[in-house]
Amino acid sequence: MKFVPFLTPPAATAHLKGPPVNFAGLSPLMSLLGGAVVVLLVGLLRSRRVREQLVPALALVALGAAVGLTIWQWNAQKSILSGALRIDDLALMLNLILMTGGAATVLLAWRSLASKEAGHGEFHALLLTSIAGMSLLAAAQNTVALFIGLELLSIPLYVLCATEMKREHSLESGLKYLIIGSVGSATLLYGIALIYGATGATDFGAIAAAIASSGLSTNVLLLTGIALSVAGLAFKASVAPFHQWTPDVYEGAPTPITAFMAVATKVAALGVFLRFFDVALIEAQSSWGPAVATLAAVTIVVGNVGALGQSSLKRMLAYSSVAQAGYMLAGVVVASQLGVRATVFYLAVYLFMNMAAFAVIVARERTTDLGDSTRALAGLGREQPWLAWPMTLAMLGLAGIPATAGFMGKFYLIDAAVSGGYTWLGIVIVVGSMISLGYYLPVIAAMWMREAPGEETAADELPPRPAGDAQAAGSPPLPAIAGASPELDPPAGPAEPPPPRRAGTQPEVAFVAILAGAATLFFGIVPQPLFDLVRHVGSGLGLF
Amino acid sequence: MPALSFLIWLPLACGVVGALLSGASERAPARVALLGSLAALGLAIGYIADYHAGAGLQHVTDVVWIAALGIHYKLGVSGLNVFLVGLTTLLFAAATLSLNVRKGALKPERPALFFFLFTLAESAVLGAFLAQDLALFVAFFDLMLIPFYFLVGIDWQPSIPTPAGRPDRVKATIKLVIYTLVGSLLMLAAAIAAGVLTSEQHGTPLTFVLSSMHALPLSTGSQEWIFLCFAAAFLVKMPAFPLHGWMPDGYRAMPIEVLMVFSGVLSKVGAYGFLAIALPLFPRAAVHWQTLMLLIALASILYGSVMAFTQTDVRLIAGFSSVAQLGFITLGIFALNPQGAQGALLQMVNHGLVVAPLFFIIALLAQRAGGSEDLGDLGGIAFRAPVLATLFLIVAFATLAMPGSANFVGEFLILLGVFKAKLAIAIIAFSGVVMASVYALRLFIRAMHNRVHEGVDSREIALLDSAVLVPLVAVILFFAVYPQLALSRSEGSVKASVAAAQAAQRSSSSAIASTSP
Repeated sequence: MKFVPFLTPPAATAHLKGPPVNFAGLSPLMSLLGGAVVVLLVGLLRSRRVREQLVPALALVALGAAVGLTIWQWNAQKSILSGALRIDDLALMLNLILMTGGAATVLLAWRSLASKEAGHGEFHALLLTSIAGMSLLAAAQNTVALFIGLELLSIPLYVLCATEMKREHSLESGLKYLIIGSVGSATLLYGIALIYGATGATDFGAIAAAIASSGLSTNVLLLTGIALSVAGLAFKASVAPFHQWTPDVYEGAPTPITAFMAVATKVAALGVFLRFFDVALIEAQSSWGPAVATLAAVTIVVGNVGALGQSSLKRMLAYSSVAQAGYMLAGVVVASQLGVRATVFYLAVYLFMNMAAFAVIVARERTTDLGDSTRALAGLGREQPWLAWPMTLAMLGLAGIPATAGFMGKFYLIDAAVSGGYTWLGIVIVVGSMISLGYYLPVIAAMWMREAPGEETAADELPPRPAGDAQAAGSPPLPAIAGASPELDPPAGPAEPPPPRRAGTQPEVAFVAILAGAATLFFGIVPQPLFDLVRHVGSGLGLF
Repeated sequence: MPALSFLIWLPLACGVVGALLSGASERAPARVALLGSLAALGLAIGYIADYHAGAGLQHVTDVVWIAALGIHYKLGVSGLNVFLVGLTTLLFAAATLSLNVRKGALKPERPALFFFLFTLAESAVLGAFLAQDLALFVAFFDLMLIPFYFLVGIDWQPSIPTPAGRPDRVKATIKLVIYTLVGSLLMLAAAIAAGVLTSEQHGTPLTFVLSSMHALPLSTGSQEWIFLCFAAAFLVKMPAFPLHGWMPDGYRAMPIEVLMVFSGVLSKVGAYGFLAIALPLFPRAAVHWQTLMLLIALASILYGSVMAFTQTDVRLIAGFSSVAQLGFITLGIFALNPQGAQGALLQMVNHGLVVAPLFFIIALLAQRAGGSEDLGDLGGIAFRAPVLATLFLIVAFATLAMPGSANFVGEFLILLGVFKAKLAIAIIAFSGVVMASVYALRLFIRAMHNRVHEGVDSREIALLDSAVLVPLVAVILFFAVYPQLALSRSEGSVKASVAAAQAAQRSSSSAIASTSP
């Protein structure tokens, strides 16, 4: 078997010294990891105000800096760290989506029980590390960096899922995700190993060259490796039939973390799908193309049918995210510039739609005792239209209705599918959207067409609340199980009646909801800026 | 004349302004919406007056909307849509006026939201009629359903209990929306495929502008399946016979003013889509599926007519009569000749003009019968209400296409066209004309004549109610006297729209002729 050396300068290998480090290219990543360290240390301070307010603020600063540095790097087409990472428009665009999603998560988690129970420093450090892992994954250009990125994103997430430590479902969710995620990682690692065995390369470009030059596209070793990698990545992207963990984990995890997983994990996983399949394995596209197309179709059907009849909004959105992953795989399958652009475009609008939906769920979880049940939304259109509209736009967008960004995204994906010769996949996307109306529309109906549940059920079921809440004004009313347990912060004053249940006490959640909802609407009417942003994402991949 | 965008977005702008003013005055949204709809009506009349027959697309606005996808924001007035735009603005103005003045009309508790949605609906419908870009048309076509989802589904007056025997509002709404959106989404996929395949087959850059797509016909195979997807969307919207499942519950759940525009205008978008989008873009498929479409139309006529004279709910009588009327319109379009298509276009306007006052009259009848909309509870209303009876009689005669009404001219042209195309179908379709007189007269006689039914209070039409009804009836009479207004202005556009299909028909029949001997 032929050995293909890394694409490193000869001088670097001769003297056995480390590769040159391009700090400019790495700067967004370093901002995130540095932020994680700072946040972790600041979280050790005693002052409660510092922990509760300064830590998330610092996390936002780190994310903001990373966004700034990403924009600074825009249009840089370069491979750094001996070709391990590729800084191009695709990586940078995915970075932007990830960091926006991360910032939204920080805002949603600002007063959440999860960050309180896990410790604010730890919570935000884990979050930033996970985002760094995703950012790494989006830029990975060899299989080693890919695997490191994947683990760096996954391990903090396993912990984050279990951060509502007093709630069994949260722990169960973390454990489930850990086990399934490990299986996925192991499968992927095995796949990567087999691909290395077949091609003798870890670098994406070299793998592609080896497949092309040695005519390996029907090699059994390589195909097995590809199959295992698809399975491993499919676990992460929750592509059917590897999606079974998704509803349980999404439902059990703290809602801000669910929002983060739904958006950011999907972005990272689809990003790596794009780079790994459309660069490294592009020469074997005729082998994996039909298989991945079938996976996409199955995913669309399974996700949409599974979401029907779910009464838990988080479970519903979990299945919906499965379906959405299926739509986006269509852009991967066609392996064209257009496909890459369509996928990234969809990822961006998917961020807005999902963040709007999850922000509203967070807000409702804190003001009602119905948790994430659809019933918690009943009467929202009358009571809090500023929350009902973002949710409405999110649902319409996810269903692909015009005047929302979701319509544009779906339009672009179907366009890519048809242009790539996968017209039938375009039809499957449409059929999936039809099924999806069966669960998105009832959510809207619940908000606008049903009466609010009686107030008496809302107030009486709560156990007496410790007085520490008076200080953390507007801290969330707890779900029944968690509320029954003593809280971490000791009571600090005489007992007071619980604060009034108003959304005004959680302005940052309403802010996320309104901003994401407005973006969903705006990019549905004026999509040109987003099209301009994704125009060059495919150019670094060597596709036509 | 101002740009078409102004006409499209004026109602919505008024809805937004009204919503902003709703803090100051409870009545502001309704008043501002009325102002907007009347202004839009004025503009539409201006466009009709300003329309030059035979000059092609007029008042064109053409801006690139999404460069990456070749989608333009292109609007234009043609002979096909100019009267439908007029119809839309007229019916929305009438419905908004009715919401303002009719005693017993819906008084939404959240007027700002209601009128925002109502005006959004008008803007979206106008957009669908005026769009000259396939993707833009699809976007407006899907968008116009969303306000109706809310308008039908929300309980606008929760303090007033829903009358007994009405279907579950929310379920009816979801059924309506899913039915229609399923069709629309199929059309979305088909529209994208049409654009992409056109550019692939001809090696041209991707574009969805209709005029460019007309010049680049698709291959026959692609046309055939794409046409079916479009047909599904349009037939659901009309509704046509096998796809009308949402109609009975949906019609009964709607507030009457919403129903006036829904039945009067939205069904026309479907028919307009056939005439303006499907026939010119997919002429060979239209020829290929002509018999299928004619049979669907025929089934709609027979089924709708039979259902209309077996129902006792007056809304359903009107609803099923619409199924039959839309069947006639489809029949005319798929005669694939200018007479049929012209009759269909005239009949679209006529049906809208007739069905909206019909529903308004139904609301007046229900008021006089203690809220009941069952034929069994009506009777003898004409006793003390001669003016109302006269107006109703005019509407009923127009519905059954009495000679002398514009509907007669429309149906005559349709049947003339079908006679030329498929004789057997035309003969069967004639029975629909007979049945129309049965159900229309049955409705009129059972409601207005007979003994005054117990619980019926025969009252004359109120002055403000007649302010809504009389102008509509006047327009019906005007078209009865002078249908030439619509016919002469639409002639050129209609001929152009069926020309491709006729050419395809000739070439396929000559191909058969050359192979048969």
